[in-house]
This record gives sequence, structure tokens and C-alpha cells, in this order.
Amino acid sequence: MIMEFFWYVVLMGILAVYIVLDGYDFGAGIIHLFFAKTEKDKKAITNAIGPFWDANEVWLIAAGGVLFFAFPTLYASSFSGFYLPLMMILWLLIFRAIGLELRGQIHHPMWEVVWDKAFGIASLLLALFFGVALGNIVRGVNLGMVENGVSTQEAHFFFLPLWNPTFSPQADQLGIIDWFTLFLGVVSVIALMIHGANWIIYKTNSDLNPKLKEVVFRLNFVLLGLVIVSLLIWHNIEPLPFHNFFETPILWIFPILCFIGIFGLFRVKTFIHDGAGFLFSSLFLVGGFAATAASIFPDVLPSTNSVNPSLTIYNVAADDYGLSVGVYWFAIAIVLVIAYFIIQYKVFSGKMDNIGYGEH
Amino acid sequence: MGAELVKLVKFTGSFTKNYSSMEEMLFYDRIQFAFTITFHYLFPQLTMGLSLIIVYFKWKFLKTDDIQYNKATHFWMRIFALNFAMGVVTGIPMEFQFGTNWAKFSELTGGIIGQTLAMEGMFSFFLESSFLGMFLFGEKILGHKWHFVTGLLICLGSWASGFLIIATHSWMQNPVGYEILANGQFVLNNFGALFTNPWLWPSYLHNQAASMVTSSFVVSGIGAFYILSKRSESYGKLFLKTGIIFGLVSSIIVAVPTGDLLAKNVVKYQPVTFAAMEGIFHTEQKGAEIVLIGQPDVKDKKLDNKIAVPNVLSFLTYGSWDKAVQGLDQFEEERHPTNISGLYYAYHIMVGLGTVFIGLMAAAVFQLIRKKLFVTKWILWSLLFMLPFPYIANTTGWYTAELGRQPWLVYNLLRTSAGASPTVSSGNTLFTLLGFVGLYLLLGLLFLLLIGKIIKNGPETVKK
Repeated sequence: MIMEFFWYVVLMGILAVYIVLDGYDFGAGIIHLFFAKTEKDKKAITNAIGPFWDANEVWLIAAGGVLFFAFPTLYASSFSGFYLPLMMILWLLIFRAIGLELRGQIHHPMWEVVWDKAFGIASLLLALFFGVALGNIVRGVNLGMVENGVSTQEAHFFFLPLWNPTFSPQADQLGIIDWFTLFLGVVSVIALMIHGANWIIYKTNSDLNPKLKEVVFRLNFVLLGLVIVSLLIWHNIEPLPFHNFFETPILWIFPILCFIGIFGLFRVKTFIHDGAGFLFSSLFLVGGFAATAASIFPDVLPSTNSVNPSLTIYNVAADDYGLSVGVYWFAIAIVLVIAYFIIQYKVFSGKMDNIGYGEH
Repeated sequence: MGAELVKLVKFTGSFTKNYSSMEEMLFYDRIQFAFTITFHYLFPQLTMGLSLIIVYFKWKFLKTDDIQYNKATHFWMRIFALNFAMGVVTGIPMEFQFGTNWAKFSELTGGIIGQTLAMEGMFSFFLESSFLGMFLFGEKILGHKWHFVTGLLICLGSWASGFLIIATHSWMQNPVGYEILANGQFVLNNFGALFTNPWLWPSYLHNQAASMVTSSFVVSGIGAFYILSKRSESYGKLFLKTGIIFGLVSSIIVAVPTGDLLAKNVVKYQPVTFAAMEGIFHTEQKGAEIVLIGQPDVKDKKLDNKIAVPNVLSFLTYGSWDKAVQGLDQFEEERHPTNISGLYYAYHIMVGLGTVFIGLMAAAVFQLIRKKLFVTKWILWSLLFMLPFPYIANTTGWYTAELGRQPWLVYNLLRTSAGASPTVSSGNTLFTLLGFVGLYLLLGLLFLLLIGKIIKNGPETVKK
């Protein structure tokens, strides 16, 4: 039992780091798409994420790896069940990466505009898709593909089409995109835009910064509104979203962090330290993600039918020997990873306007 | 003519009908994995070896303070960066596809192969990606010595990645340290066994040496191009010299000892695979011949247009000229590799090319020693035209390993047909396969365009 919980915390921790790190990459991409007008603005943005984005994306790979080895049944079930959106996420990640990497290779306005758009649009869609993904987990899926009370697949397998004609999260035949998951997608886009803007403010002295502070300030009202609405519709989808919190009151820390983040951001125009905004948007993202995970715990993929049980961390895990032996190498690895991380952010500390990303 | 056509249509029609949806699903799952991994591995096979050559150039610069070495470092870093980016973006789909397309396999064996794959992410991807930014953009901030160190770390990370992938691969070829539960799940019972697997070390060293061969041919091929086109000639000579020395050493190591040890492993653990690789349909009691050329006729169990040398295979395999080598006839047909001809060709192309590589590199080094290399036109032209062939040799080498393992995912224990995702229909897989084909075609074109540009600009345009 303890091993499952340990790896669950590791997995969620890695995902939370991923959301904060690649989140600012996506956000910066969306800001790039909508607000970067001059070559100087664009350079400032790509310089701010250039030396980091690749390492940031590795947290996603690490999460995939840990999921694979610690919870193989969940990995198998969810990756095949969410087949189409995952493949699209892959294609978008590819477009986004080549947009960043290839832009500087040829100096011609037509070449540059193509890769600018690829980078920006892929970032926007990725932010949307990751929100939709979270929505799918919270809402649950038809495990075992039950039809008329009978499973047509093994109890932990399923497959979701991209949408169903009603776009309803309560329909018998669910789809990836319905109004609930799409709503969370929009929340994700707004939240990551704020987060990305904060990163740019933190890491550059670009001319965009004053404008971005204004953008963060305004979007924060939108975000607050969306969060309140999402809380209202949440119990439509999940009847008892708070029971874990009442049972284990320490968990309230996550929603509280989330709201500290969002309220802190209203002071964005008066922060003395340029990194403060980034800190608050990170709190919002981590708090929001952890609160969501905590609300469905120990489920990791709820079942929407009464025939097959939800997938929990206990019925999808690998055996104890494997999980225990993993602790040893993981302990070594995580120390190394933290060391790399410190070195990387030390070398590229402070403002990065002149780093010259993409000019090698 | 007309009647023939009708017959053909009837034949293909009946074929499609019998072709059940299960088989179709498996077919697209396999094609998609094969396509994406083949394309992906075009890039790491260069970057693993090239990182070592780059580190060598940087080290020479530190030692000699000769600016040419630093410019060479930067020229190859540009090529490395582009290849590395391609490797990263085409690599992410690989990690996903175990779950998306091979869910049953992942579910049953994830507790074991998930270990090594998760370790790859934690130990090597973080290392590579954290220091890549410093390596590419940090020379000014870090200074030359630390820049060299970051290069070394990138090299270490990519070699570690290869190691953990091949540890995973070796477990599938020769499963160790496991037990199978009543529900069919494979669980690990000996972590250390994953790394002492007798399949692992020969495969790993063979693969890394082969990666060095690709890099050596690319470096020397581009060097030859600069000499023949009479531009950047001093760099051309440096690249050529460096490339052929690395090239001769690595192409020998590919054959002896690593290739030899690997083949002996196949004989020991997968004798039926070995028979198919070598094209031995019937066991010859008085010693087996080695087939150089010939087309397998699987239906009639023979080789057409065969050129073979008697008894050599027995000698290479067992060190004795007249010992029998088991032919395909010794094994039940359902244990035969699924694609005998493909396996046979993949293996023979690899071995044939490997032999040519040793010959060419030896001739080049011989001329270098005689100080005639730069004027020996036929060697320069050969090196230039040989540039794509190590890619073919690496690819066919991997096809030998993978086709050789069929019809199993985990050798002798889990059939490929039992590993695919049960809920992903063939239509959905075909959709994503087409998507990958289109996307990778675009990536390939962009890659060639940009590589061409880097080579055209040449090492002298490097600013630093």
C-alpha cells in the first residue's frame, strides 16, 4: 500500500513540475502568437525559454516513464483509450519544437512567419488539450466499454472518440471533447497565458513587459471568474468533490494555495521583484492541479458505469518488488536531476535578452 | 490476359475477406511502430557517435589552442543540434506508442520494461536536455573548459540512453529476472539481472560502434566533399583524417568482437532465427556453407541463384569446419520468424555493407599513412558516395534484430499478436500512421534542406 502511495506522490510531483515548467513554455508561445509584433519582442520571448524548453519537456517523458513502470495497467488503459488526442498532442509537440528550433536557421521573413505561427498555434492548442485531458480524467470514462449493462472489453480498457454529437459529459457515449472538458481547456489556456507572461516579465527586459503586466492583470479577472464557474459545475460531474477534503483537512492547503496564487496576481502591476508574478501563477497551477488530483483520490481514472470499478492507484500498480527496487535508482536520479536543474538555472540566471537563442 | 486479371482480382478479393480485422489491426500497429522507429533512429545513430567526435575536436582545441579545432567543433555542433532536435521530436512518439498501440504488452510487461524506460528518462534525458542549452549557447558564459565538460555530459547522456534502450530490447530478446503471475502479468524478481543479461553487452557495444561508423562516414564524407569541391580544404582534410581513423576502428569493432559475439548469442538463444538469417533451410550434417548471395524461396524452402562458400558458417559459429548448423527444418513452422526473406535480406545487407566499410576505411587509412590520401581521388569519391550506407547498415541491423524476434514480443513467452491495444481500431491506427508519414516526410525534407545549407555555408562561416 505504501509503495503505491509513494509512486503516486512521485508521479503527481513530476506532473506538477511539468505543468509549471512546460506551462510557461506554452504560455510564452501563446503570448508570442497574440502579442509579439516586432522582431525584438519575438526574440525576447524565444530567448526567455530557449535554453529551457527541451529540459522542461523531459518532465513529461519522465512522468510517462514512471507511469509505465509503476502503474502499467493505468498506462496501458489510458494511453490506448485516449489514443487520438494523445497522437495529436504528439504532433503538436513536434510542430512546436520544430517551430522553435528551425526558425533561426534561415533568415527570411516568409520562413520566419511560418515557424512563428507553428510555434504559437501549437502552444495554444497544447494548452487547450492538456486542460481537456484533465477534464477527461475528472469526468471519468466508460471502463470496459459497457453497453446495456455488459462489458464489451476487459474491465480496464476503453476507447474514446474525439466527441459525441451531444457534447455532453453525461451522455452514454462519451467523447474527449464535451462542454465540461472544453471549459477546463479554456481555463488552462487563460491560466498558462498568465503564467507565460509572468515568465517573460521575469526573464527579460523586453519592451513588452509593461503591456504584459496589464494583460496578466486583466486575464486574472477572467481566470477568477472561470474558476468560480468551474467550481459550480464541478459537482454536476462529480457529486462529492470535497469529501476527501473533509476527511483529511490538510488537503485544504491545495485549494488555498491556488487562491493565494490567483489573488496575489492582482498585484502584478506593483510587484517590486519581476519574479513574483511567476511565483504566484506557479502556486495557482500547482494548487489547482493538486486539489483536482486530491478530490478524486484514490481514483486515477473514475468509471462512469456501475459495472466496472474505477481505476485506483491500488488496482493498476506493478508488484511490490519492482516498486521497491525502483525507489533506489529513483533516489539517485532525482538528486542528479535537481543538481542539473540548479546548474542550468544558475548558468542562465537573470535576464536573458542577449542569449542569442537560435543564432548558432 | 483478361482471364489472368479476373483470377488476380478473385485472389486478392478472397485474401481481403480472410484478412480479419484483428490481423489488419496488428498490421497497422506494426507498420506504424516500424516506420516511426526507423525514422527516429536515423538521428540518434548520428548524434551518439558525433557527440564523441565533437568532444574530441574541443579537446584538441583545449590542448593545442588552434582555432581551427574550435571552428570544427562549432561546425559539427550545428549539424549535431539539428540532428538532436530531430531525434528528440521523433523520440517522444516512441515512448507513447508502447501504451497507445501496444497496451496489452505494456500492461503485461510494464513492471519490467517500464523500469529501464523510466530510468532512461530520469538518468539520460534530463542529463542531455539540461546541458544541451549550455553546450549550444553557453560557451561565452562558461568558458572553453566548461564548454568541453558540457559536451562530454551530452555524450554521456546519449550513450546512457542507448544503454537503457538496449537493456529493454535485450530483455525482450532474452527475458531474464522475471516471473509470470497467474493473470499473465510479468513481474520483476531480479533487478540486477536486467543489466547482466548476456544479450545486453554485445548488443550495446555493437550498436554504439555502429553509431560511430555512421558518424565517421558522415564526418569523412563531408570532409571528402570539401576537398573534392576545392573549398574549405583545410577543414576538409581535418574532417577526413579524423573520420577515417574513427571509422576504421569502429567498423572493425562492429564486426569483431561485437558482431561475432552477438551472432553467437543468436545461435545459442534463438537458433531458429539464426537459421533464417543465414538462409539455411536444411540442416547440413557435414558442416554448413556461408551464403553470400541468393534469393530465399520460402515456399519451396530453398535459395535461388546461390553463391556460397562451403563449411565457413560452421567454422564461424562453432570454430569447427564440419559441425552441423541447425536449419529451419529442425523447428516447428509456428516458431519460424514471420518474415524469413525480410530477415535474411536485412542480415545480409548489414553484413555485406559492414565488410565494405572495413575495406574502404582500411584503404583510406593506408593511403593516409603513405601521405597520399588527399590526392587519391577514388577514395575521396567513394567516401562521399558511401555516406548514406551506414544508415542503411544500421537500419538493416535493427531489422535483423526485430524481425528475428518475431513472432514474439517477449521471446518464447509473449506473441506479438497478443500485445496490441484491444480497443484501438485499425482505422484509427491507419489515420495516425498516415499522419506520421506526412509529418515525417515534411521533417525529412526540412532536415535535408537545412543540412544542405549548413554544409554549403561551411565551417569557415562559424563566427566564434
